[in-house]
Amino acid sequence: MTSSAVDEPARPARAQKAEWQLRLYVAGATAKSVTALANLRRLCETHLAGRYEIEVVDLLVNPKLAAGDQILAVPTLVRKFPEPIRKIIGDLSNEDRVLVGLDVKAVGK
Amino acid sequence: MKQKTANGATAVPKAPTGIDGLDEITAGGLPRGRPTLLIGGPGCGKTMLAAEFIVQGASRFDEPGVFMMFEETADELAANVRSLGFDLDKLCGQKKVALDHVRVERSEIEETGQYDLGGLFIRLGHAIDSIGAKRVVLDTIEALFSGLSDHAVLRAELRRLFRWLKDRGMTAVITAERGGETLTRYGLEEYVADCVIVLDHRVTEQISTRRLRVVKYRGSPHGTNEYPFLIGDHGFLVLPITSLKLDHGAPLERVPTGVAKLDEMLDGHGFFRGSSVLVSGSPGTGKSSLAARIGAAACERGERVLLFSYEESAGQLVRNMRSIGTDLERWTKQGLLRIHASRPTLQGLEQHLVLMYQAVREFTPAVVVVDPISNLTMHADDAGLKPTLMRLIDFLKQSQVTAIYTSLVSEAGAAFADSEIGVSSLMDSWLMLSNLEANGERTRALQVVKSRGMPHSNLVREFVFSERGIDLIDVYLDSGRPLTGRLRMGAQGVAANPEAAPAGATRSKP
Repeated sequence: MTSSAVDEPARPARAQKAEWQLRLYVAGATAKSVTALANLRRLCETHLAGRYEIEVVDLLVNPKLAAGDQILAVPTLVRKFPEPIRKIIGDLSNEDRVLVGLDVKAVGK
Repeated sequence: MKQKTANGATAVPKAPTGIDGLDEITAGGLPRGRPTLLIGGPGCGKTMLAAEFIVQGASRFDEPGVFMMFEETADELAANVRSLGFDLDKLCGQKKVALDHVRVERSEIEETGQYDLGGLFIRLGHAIDSIGAKRVVLDTIEALFSGLSDHAVLRAELRRLFRWLKDRGMTAVITAERGGETLTRYGLEEYVADCVIVLDHRVTEQISTRRLRVVKYRGSPHGTNEYPFLIGDHGFLVLPITSLKLDHGAPLERVPTGVAKLDEMLDGHGFFRGSSVLVSGSPGTGKSSLAARIGAAACERGERVLLFSYEESAGQLVRNMRSIGTDLERWTKQGLLRIHASRPTLQGLEQHLVLMYQAVREFTPAVVVVDPISNLTMHADDAGLKPTLMRLIDFLKQSQVTAIYTSLVSEAGAAFADSEIGVSSLMDSWLMLSNLEANGERTRALQVVKSRGMPHSNLVREFVFSERGIDLIDVYLDSGRPLTGRLRMGAQGVAANPEAAPAGATRSKP
């Protein structure tokens, strides 16, 4: 988490936007942000493999971006697409709640 | 804890709010570099006061400010404060004010695992840095309590936020809803303890009055009373008792009354400038006419006069005064006379006072006429009248405005001292008008009960209206008995025709 807005395309080869566009807002590399990102990656790989894109925004580097998505708490995960926008705050430790929050159908359940 | 120094100055630095009256109550403003809690129920004017604090800071004190709102949007706020005559958009364009609307919607937020309010800190910090802010408003941060379910985290974060604001040296205003058992609904007073101001909106006898009270101000003396305030066209106006001390100047200049004979009774020159004059009398004794005449005389000298009429409309007053040879319309057209006619029941007494205060400051008259003060009490208990009037009298004295107050005495024979609603002691001069009834005729009489600082006549004069104006007639003594009206005329050899006698012409108020 050194750069400001790190694009992490899951499938760099694909030209068009991924079906699931997620953005994770953090404030520096705190324990909570690291946990949140790790939780998010694992969850996406499990349930949305190949269909997602994660963008990490570090507000310490880009404070201006906080107002745009109405960020209050960190970490905050924002589902930009599919619409409507949804927000999940916290370190995403409870996978079931994250899935509900994102409205993702769990794989293998 | 910082204490008052010997010379009365305070050790706590202050950030002026620029709000009339509030800076006087708080002896200079809010504690600089510390948070202030502003508490009030819905519709009390919290947001307006906070907004004015920011606007005044940015435009008058060179202290840019951040207004972070949790309920209204930036556009809504800008529209609301425009009604107070403030242009937020312009200040934002000049980088003197930054607005940030934080929207908290419970339904859009899912919570899982640990979080903190780092995003809020970053937003606030960014806004502060972008304009070099010195002032911050958080309106109403309690909205977070309904937006986030983990109150333990929230409380810890708020504590951190207020600490952080202090460390950054921000003079902050945090608004909060009034609570039941605690001062605020979520007990924010626990975290913001330097200065607490409560706004209140009370309805008594169907008349509402807004009031402000400084509950607490660490390290500084402050007024502890409740003060009425008004949100007017020019923003907030708090009305303090302007003179807890009696230190107004005493000019020697004299103000003629416009009635030559009355001036004669008052040492030949009339009242002192800046003095308070009470004109009391029972119905139909000519109080309003005399007061308006004194006002018109000031206009004739080219002075500005403000007339508050609580019984007659402006048009009615003009018509009635014309009948006794005084053309008020001429002066209103020239802008020397301004008539404020309103129903006393329109607002609470305090509210009237605030309006008067505002009008006086705007128009800066030399003479103010209040006709009558007794009517203002109609729906207020008498206990409230005296302190309120005291404030008015003091304020006008301090501004060196000559003030004429009329007061209705319900019964001709009412006890002398009580009849003047207890304000006569505050008055410098007191003219008492009365009706004399004798031999089937009623005549008006005038006497100077007191007039501080000058020799004055002790005689009762007959008081006469005619189309030429107001006149006083020397008492005619007939074998030791004063004669008035037709009897006097008869004795003086004037044709005693009752219809022609000006004293017989009645002018009554509705």
